Amino acid sequence: MNRRTVLNYFLGSSIGATISAIVYPVIQFLIPPVVSEAAQSNVVAATANELPPGTAKIFKFGSSPGLLLRTPTGDVRAFSAVCTHLNCTVQYRADLEHIWCACHDGHYDINGKNISGPPPRPLEQYEVNVRGDDIIVSKG
Amino acid sequence: MSSTPANSLWDWFDKRLGLDAVSHLAREKEVPVHRHTIWYYFGGMTLFLFAIQAVTGILLLLYYRPSAENAFESVQFIMAEVRFGWLIRSVHSWSANVVIGVLFIHLFSVFFLRAYRRPRELTWISGVLLFFTTLAFGFSGYLLPWNTMSFFATKVGTEVAGVVPVIGHFLLRFFRGGDEVTGATLTRFFGFHVAILPAAAMALVGLHLLLVQRHGMSVPLRDEGRSMKTMKFMPNFFLRDLMGWLIALGILAALSALFPWELGEKADPFAPAPAGIRPEWYFMFMFQTLKLMPARLGPIEGEVFAISAFGLAGVLLLVVPFLDRAANRNQPNSFLKFAGCIAVIYILVMTLLGYRG
Amino acid sequence: MKDCLKLVLAWAFFSLVAEATVFARQASTATDTCVGCHKDLAESRLSLPVLATANDVHTGRGLSCASCHGGDASETDKKRSMNLAKGFVGKPAAGGVAGFCGKCHSNATFIKSFNPSLRVDQELEYRTSVHSRRLAEGDTRAATCISCHGHHDIRAVKDTNSRVHPLRVVETCGRCHVDAEYMKGYKIPTDQLPKYMSSVHAETLYKKLDLSAPTCNDCHGNHGAAPPGAASVSNVCGTCHARQSELFQKSPHKPVFDGLGIGECLACHNNHDTTHPTDAMLGNDKAAVCTTCHSDGAGFSAAGNMRLAISRLVEEIGSADEILDRGTRLGMEVSRIKFDLNQARNHLVDARVVVHGFSPDLLDTAIKPGIEITRKARQQGIEALEEAGFRRKGLALALIVIGLAVLATYLKVRDIEKAERRAIIETQ
Repeated sequence: MNRRTVLNYFLGSSIGATISAIVYPVIQFLIPPVVSEAAQSNVVAATANELPPGTAKIFKFGSSPGLLLRTPTGDVRAFSAVCTHLNCTVQYRADLEHIWCACHDGHYDINGKNISGPPPRPLEQYEVNVRGDDIIVSKG
Repeated sequence: MSSTPANSLWDWFDKRLGLDAVSHLAREKEVPVHRHTIWYYFGGMTLFLFAIQAVTGILLLLYYRPSAENAFESVQFIMAEVRFGWLIRSVHSWSANVVIGVLFIHLFSVFFLRAYRRPRELTWISGVLLFFTTLAFGFSGYLLPWNTMSFFATKVGTEVAGVVPVIGHFLLRFFRGGDEVTGATLTRFFGFHVAILPAAAMALVGLHLLLVQRHGMSVPLRDEGRSMKTMKFMPNFFLRDLMGWLIALGILAALSALFPWELGEKADPFAPAPAGIRPEWYFMFMFQTLKLMPARLGPIEGEVFAISAFGLAGVLLLVVPFLDRAANRNQPNSFLKFAGCIAVIYILVMTLLGYRG
Repeated sequence: MKDCLKLVLAWAFFSLVAEATVFARQASTATDTCVGCHKDLAESRLSLPVLATANDVHTGRGLSCASCHGGDASETDKKRSMNLAKGFVGKPAAGGVAGFCGKCHSNATFIKSFNPSLRVDQELEYRTSVHSRRLAEGDTRAATCISCHGHHDIRAVKDTNSRVHPLRVVETCGRCHVDAEYMKGYKIPTDQLPKYMSSVHAETLYKKLDLSAPTCNDCHGNHGAAPPGAASVSNVCGTCHARQSELFQKSPHKPVFDGLGIGECLACHNNHDTTHPTDAMLGNDKAAVCTTCHSDGAGFSAAGNMRLAISRLVEEIGSADEILDRGTRLGMEVSRIKFDLNQARNHLVDARVVVHGFSPDLLDTAIKPGIEITRKARQQGIEALEEAGFRRKGLALALIVIGLAVLATYLKVRDIEKAERRAIIETQ
């Protein structure tokens, strides 16, 4: 085994190793990850039957919480759950049929309009579409 | 030749593709060796980095979503969930910056060596067009993550397009896909970035490489006609090229692992522009020039003047081979050399100022 | 026939006079002799009020001197214009001010013609106040309408220059209540203003300009001003802090505090200097308010338990945060995890409210979900850090591989060129 052969093997194997070091991450990249969807601004907030009338649920919308509400009359509405006063997370009070902020007793009606307490503005409202079994919320 | 499996395979393809002619060319190609040989490597380096952009770009295409609602989230997904997504994306972003830097060096080294002279004028022109194409790649790609910085940088950049005299308004609407920067802009930039510009780039690179092979490597003027030492392209020059490429790969890997490219915050068109918007470094010198322009220069608005000046500079760059008559007479051209130096210094100073200020 | 005519003429005359008076009242801005005469008087006591009315909210609505002071604004003669028979009231005495203003402001029909949403019960409320009662006993130091609203340059409450705009209420009430000399003899303190200005309410009002933050009138009432009774303080605070009030009403503290006559919320939070509450207020150490009454027994251990529970959640949030920050510094994408961790902060806010039920078991139900979230975030943060480590190890490996490849290439080139040089020498 002369010097040249050794060098050739060395060159060949190191280039081969480099190529593997490139190909391995690429192959891994191509395999879809476990969580197969990106977080969206089109969110499936709930299934159609999950919310009986007069109840609500908090869901993740982008980087902040949203409130999905089914009114006593059966309408589905979605709002940003971030209170317009000092950013606490609001909740639905079925006893009052108001959206309520626990921090300083702010009240919004079921249209998201601020009706009492410190909140200065209504809640941002989102668009709701029912597609088959899913309730899909998107920014208007 | 001995009938090893490799040789039989080669034979099979050769009979069908005429490979022998190609390998003959490669083996015959010689590279002159002189004081300025080092600049020869920068063309190949640009090509290598360009290839990296193409490969990583195609991989990113498998997960990226080009709409205002989903773009940011899809990039976040690539960074956080996809295996080695952080690596592919960071390499793509870092390499974009490195390729433009190397491209600048390649452009100026060819300029100062006056390699554009007869018979290489078309090589130069295709190269300058490639330069513009690469800048367009950078500008269009920057918007795609749809974060605050990129949104506002695009807003400012396309605003500048609107300043061009006569066709400014048309250009602005053409680039933005409307009057404002919106999801339509994103989709349009995406189309530029993954289809139109790559098609143009492929054509131009093909032409550029073809012409380089046809005319061989240019030598410095003073060495023209003289016989000089050469090295074989295959394997000597190529192996040296390879060393450079491997080192570049290592640098990109280190940058990506240690300084992964930022994600930022999702763009909110209704929020006010954040303080300190600036374009990527390769546009900084133009941005800084605009900032320093006075409101009016005589009868012309400062902005219009600056844009027109840059436009003129671009055109002059394109036609340099035809301006440098002295080169065809084998004479020095101190004016062009001086102009080139001024350009380099101007770009460096303005870029630095842009980051200081 | 002649009698009929006389009757008709008399009726015509009186109705004309009535018309003229009413007309004069309504058009007093156009033909107002009060203003015309008083504005030029040398005595400032008589001229300044007139000049001040230029900014008055009443002037802007077509009302003028005679609308309040009575008299005849069309007469230039002093006696005939300031005619007691025409209802002239000069400067009303302190005890008569409420009635003076109430003449219009308690008249629903009259006020509605200007602004249907204005209240008309201010005078009624005022009569219930401490100020009115003292005035009735003959104390002329007590506040009347004009003490707060001013007299001739009264502005709407929403006007930032009004003396009763939310941002200026403290200085209006403070003008009397902070003046130790003025308040001599009353058994109430005069340090409310500096105390209030140190409170979180004042900070919210003046620094954050949140006009929904309470000032004097929001707790004490404005026209019916009186300090809330000890048993009803929680109701007052509860108008905004509804949950805390609700929980307190059901807590073991309520009957005890009421029985002892201790103001419900004030006992721990103070009334005017309501500073931002801290976790240190809860617990067993000397700095805690609990130890003011509790030194052992069930209450003492409950306080200790609750403090521990809250501190634990705070610590867990802090440690998860720290790990995530480290991840961010190492370039990892942890924004999603950080968002989830924020929910734990919401739970912490919730827990600090639930404390007011003074039941460790109740508090646990608020703390538990928060702890779960921090655990998950911490776990994911550690995974992110591990991933960062993996990347660095991977990088090291890749760099070694690439380094070897560079070395191999270099050696190969050197070898080839050495051979070439040797070949050239040999052929020479």
